[in-house]
Amino acid sequence: MTRETIINLAIFAALIAFAIGAHLMGNGFAVTLATKAAIFALAGVGLNLALGYGGLVSLGHAAFFGIGGYVTGILASHAMSGTPVLTFPFTLAGSNDMLGIWPMAMVAGGLLALAIGALSLRTTGVYFIMVTLAFAQMVYYFAVSWPRYGGEDGLSFYVRNNFPGMNTFDPIQYFAICAALLAIALVFTAVVTQSRYGLALQAARQNRQRTMAVGIRPYGVLLVAFVLSGMIVALAGSLYADLNRFVSPAMLSWHMSGEIMVFVILGGVGRLCGPVAGAAIYILLEHLLGDVSEYWQALLGLLLLVIVIYSPGGLIGLITGRLPDRKLRNA
Amino acid sequence: MMLFLMAAGLTLVFGVMGLINLAHGSLFMIGAFACAFVAAATGHYWLGLAASLLVSAGVGALIEVGVIRKLYARDYLDQVLATFALILVFSEGTRWVFGSFPLYLNLPELLSGAVTLPGGLQYPVFRLVIILFGAAVAIGLWLLIGRTRLGIRIRAGEADREMIAALGVDIARLYTIVFALGAALAGFAGALVGSIQSVQVGMGEPVLILAFVVVVIGGIGSIKGALIGALLVGMTDTLGKALLPGLFAALGGGSGANAMAATVASMLIYILMAVVLVIRPQGLFGAKA
Repeated sequence: MTRETIINLAIFAALIAFAIGAHLMGNGFAVTLATKAAIFALAGVGLNLALGYGGLVSLGHAAFFGIGGYVTGILASHAMSGTPVLTFPFTLAGSNDMLGIWPMAMVAGGLLALAIGALSLRTTGVYFIMVTLAFAQMVYYFAVSWPRYGGEDGLSFYVRNNFPGMNTFDPIQYFAICAALLAIALVFTAVVTQSRYGLALQAARQNRQRTMAVGIRPYGVLLVAFVLSGMIVALAGSLYADLNRFVSPAMLSWHMSGEIMVFVILGGVGRLCGPVAGAAIYILLEHLLGDVSEYWQALLGLLLLVIVIYSPGGLIGLITGRLPDRKLRNA
Repeated sequence: MMLFLMAAGLTLVFGVMGLINLAHGSLFMIGAFACAFVAAATGHYWLGLAASLLVSAGVGALIEVGVIRKLYARDYLDQVLATFALILVFSEGTRWVFGSFPLYLNLPELLSGAVTLPGGLQYPVFRLVIILFGAAVAIGLWLLIGRTRLGIRIRAGEADREMIAALGVDIARLYTIVFALGAALAGFAGALVGSIQSVQVGMGEPVLILAFVVVVIGGIGSIKGALIGALLVGMTDTLGKALLPGLFAALGGGSGANAMAATVASMLIYILMAVVLVIRPQGLFGAKA
């Protein structure tokens, strides 16, 4: 076991221990906080796949987060009112079942990522950042100006969806679901990044020309990473919608994209558990600074600045030292 | 035209310094607040405008020296995060100083009211003035970049920053100037827009995204691209919002048509951007991406 693996396990264990501890002390709010951290960590893990391993600096991942949320909200609200979501070209009933909702959220997120990725990957560098941002804004404005599902006001669905054999309203049980999905996503990321494909992906980040020279087309490799990343983030969005029993365009806004990116960078880009550490610390800071001052975002901003300037490898980087090759595609 | 001012500043910073600056929207907001504050304190609108230029340029220079300078050698990622952090600091900082209520600017007599254009169309004087300002800035920038010594250095810095440093140009100072100039343009745009709408926290963000779209369409680093991109985006947006409802009503009719039209109209400029990207990934006037 390398030092980083131990740290990864420790971070994940700390999150679980925090939630269980809070549960035993009967502090439901802290459990919910941990759940939020786990969900944001999942979103971060998704983005990390594109950003950390593929070098794709996407500032548009809120689009996937939001679409996951909206799929959940729309299905749940239709299930509540007993009306079908679609009657043409096929009938699609609403659903309250997480096992049914998740795949739909992921497929929707994946399709959106396919469309956005296919166009955005024609560009590189600064263009890529701005283009992903602009596409996410497009989805955002779509949600704002589409009155059917609440428009600007968002969409509430009152009842948390069901998971077989679990009471999803119990904070600790819902935390268990989210943490389990996070664990699965982490294992998935570990497997993917060490596979043949993962190596090709990292090669595409490091040097496009050389990747092409060995006979791999970076475009396809990167697009797959972008789509996978979008699917994981959409799943996180679905969980987040269920946590709040509410979706709104705020989930799609570019602040959300920025925040997801902050989780990743704060923890450490391209580190397996980086996003987990990042999201946990972000949520904690948000909570603690909120007590200090009404204007906690300013403090948070200053803190982030200090971290960016003095600790380029993120928090995990502080402990393990910089990875030998962390250059992102910069041209 | 206001979009052009904003985008020109952005493209200057992007193109020359290779820096992605999300805090450009904050500078826009700072300019607007500076203008509103000074205009209210002194009663002179023109002083407010001057203040918006000075304050935003000053803040821009401070940002460059304090934060950005440490990040040139880093990835875009760190720049994105740092400027995102700056947004948080500035938005909350402004809210802390000025409160969350919007401020309003009173236009001087000279600029309020409307003129009758040839053809009998009534048009507000102030919007004409903005167009004039925009045109003046466009010409000014074109002269500055194309005809002056500073412009030559800026262009040289764009091409090869090590080489021009080796030639004895103080590259650090040059970058501070460029960044301050970009910031001043943003602040100026903010002051002008603040005079039409209200001045409030967060006003810079929608404009920032629009400016991104303009820069992407026009091509990074191209002032001409920024101008044409801004015109294109402005026209598409306005025409879309004006014409689409009628078009959709004529085509489909029904109650859904209106909502549909509004939805499509709000997405139109992004669709425009997607089309441009499919045809020319580097933007209309961009060099190689």
